[in-house]
Amino acid sequence: MGETTFEPGPPPDASGRFGEFGGRFVPETLMRALRELEAAYDEACRDPLFQRQLADLLKHYVGRPSPLYFARRLTESAGGAQIWLKREDLNHTGAHKINNTLGQVLLAQRMNKSRIIAETGAGQHGVATATACARFGLPCVVYMGEEDVRRQAPNVFSMRLLGATVHPVQSGSRTLRDAINEAMRDWMASVETTHYVIGSVVGPHPFPRMVRDFQSVIGRETRRQAIDQFGRLPDLVIASVGGGSNAAGMFSPLIGDDGVELLGVEAGGRSSQRGDHAAPLSHGQPGILHGSFSYVLQDDDGQTLPVHSISAGLDYPGVGPEHSHWKATGRVRYTSCTDDRALEAFGQLARLEGILPALESAHAVAVALEQASRRSADDIVVVCLSGRGDKDAAEVRRLLGEDDRT
Amino acid sequence: MNELELRLGRQRAAGKKALIPFITAGDPDLDTTSAILDALSDVASACELGIPYSDPIADGPVIQASYTRALEAGTTLEQIARMLACRPTPSALPLIWMVSYAIIYRQGLDSFVARARQSGVSGLIVPDLLFEESDTLQAVCEREHLALVQLITPTTTSERAQRIAAASRGFLYYVSVAGITGERNALPAELCDNVARVREWSDVPVCVGFGISRPEQARQVAEVADGVVIGSSLVRELSGDWGGSETSAVERIRQKALAFAAALGHPQAD
Repeated sequence: MGETTFEPGPPPDASGRFGEFGGRFVPETLMRALRELEAAYDEACRDPLFQRQLADLLKHYVGRPSPLYFARRLTESAGGAQIWLKREDLNHTGAHKINNTLGQVLLAQRMNKSRIIAETGAGQHGVATATACARFGLPCVVYMGEEDVRRQAPNVFSMRLLGATVHPVQSGSRTLRDAINEAMRDWMASVETTHYVIGSVVGPHPFPRMVRDFQSVIGRETRRQAIDQFGRLPDLVIASVGGGSNAAGMFSPLIGDDGVELLGVEAGGRSSQRGDHAAPLSHGQPGILHGSFSYVLQDDDGQTLPVHSISAGLDYPGVGPEHSHWKATGRVRYTSCTDDRALEAFGQLARLEGILPALESAHAVAVALEQASRRSADDIVVVCLSGRGDKDAAEVRRLLGEDDRT
Repeated sequence: MNELELRLGRQRAAGKKALIPFITAGDPDLDTTSAILDALSDVASACELGIPYSDPIADGPVIQASYTRALEAGTTLEQIARMLACRPTPSALPLIWMVSYAIIYRQGLDSFVARARQSGVSGLIVPDLLFEESDTLQAVCEREHLALVQLITPTTTSERAQRIAAASRGFLYYVSVAGITGERNALPAELCDNVARVREWSDVPVCVGFGISRPEQARQVAEVADGVVIGSSLVRELSGDWGGSETSAVERIRQKALAFAAALGHPQAD
């Protein structure tokens, strides 16, 4: 089971940059904490005990390795290449987020931090952080935009059941980006005792690297399972990209495999007009947001633009810096998928395979169906099914109801 | 040397403590901002003007709410620059822009700095630009004679603090507390020792900000520092119910600034 282990990937340069992207654009107050975190993480990476502890949690607590599953009826429906699903939806808590939160909480414990904070949008990362904190007996505060608290009531209740305190954020747009701002502020005043478990491959160095490494178990398992199950590497691997953690975890172990085409799918929303989507790699430009230099959706003054996606987990105006780097080098291609196509793929996967995907993952499934239909039956397409869709059932029902009326 | 450096240098030589108020540009509108600058011109040593930003991670709730109001009123960088360029005597009160690097980068460093200079601005504070990342902006600022003010916090290590102090221009901003901007009931006990140490490393005046909400605190801080920055407690005056009585908010801010000036022993405030 060598693949269900913790193996850090190549670090960025000394300033925390992947190519020209990344770095640290934060107040001076955070500099010492970021340096301490970087040093503690480097040390943990070299410590066999840490690696063993994390591997053990991934196996016995998360339930890894997650299966690589051949979606036969979905494949027949597309009428082309084989479609295989990497089943991150089968993890404990129902998504890939737990891979990262366990790693970070384990690290926080090594650093003798007595308190954990996190931000959450849809609540998946909040639930995964609250879960890891319950497992380790650490107090947990989750910042969540007031608007999201209202929209994602079941996850708020879950977090509370798990012993976390949910702190509604009333500033700015009252969504994920304000929750990140608020968590950063808390951290600035509490760095001595508190670790901030960021939920994606975003933020200042070393977060993008660390989160990628904790998620890279997805790609390592996929690589090994591909060889075991179909005797070679896939031709194409597809993952959805919001902040980009499931995609970074899936792609990074495959970056060196030149024959494997990598495709990231952003939220295309309603249209490519400003404010109608959440696709910075497709429609934005390089800039600064949340402590990092990466593609971002901004107006001409540098103010962050409002974003829209049917999927709360993709509804973010920035993206991890390593994705910007992969875009710049051309190693990964990025495209986007509209709300409607994602919703259609959600239904198709449910009916054809008996799997309710998260709306985030449905974006990747939609693009996989298109790609597969244009390829020969010998080709193999792997999709990262990053989470399950129970959380989205009520929202989908609402959306389909609206469609029926129009 | 530019206006800011001259003014603060002269005041330090004369033993006068600098008073640097902070207000947000465009909260609630730019006419009011202009009126506040007028009202502060014979009270303050220099004025920090916050360029509103949608995601200000270094700022507390009072200033973020102020930024949100300014942005909702449609304030743009272009309008701020135009308002400042129209002011009759732009150099009477040296101006410092407090601005996120997100905004500077988006405009382009050269064009942003040139625009600041054309607006009569003499210093920049960029709270989300670490010293290690500031080389390029520093070079552009030097060329345009704009002072790039660096920040030191209680969590800055001595080794870095010395390098940051040496690089700072205009003044050195000592952040009094680990955290965000905003008023505090009590200032940290070790503040005086920290500021005294930092002053030894700095050629430029050392001014203390973040958390100073009462004139009495300003007086205490001024015993060891060269000046104080007052932010949230002034900006709070803009957050109330306007009811069309804009003059009174401007006047309240002036009165508050006068109280701080008196605490610092400024003669005109007696």
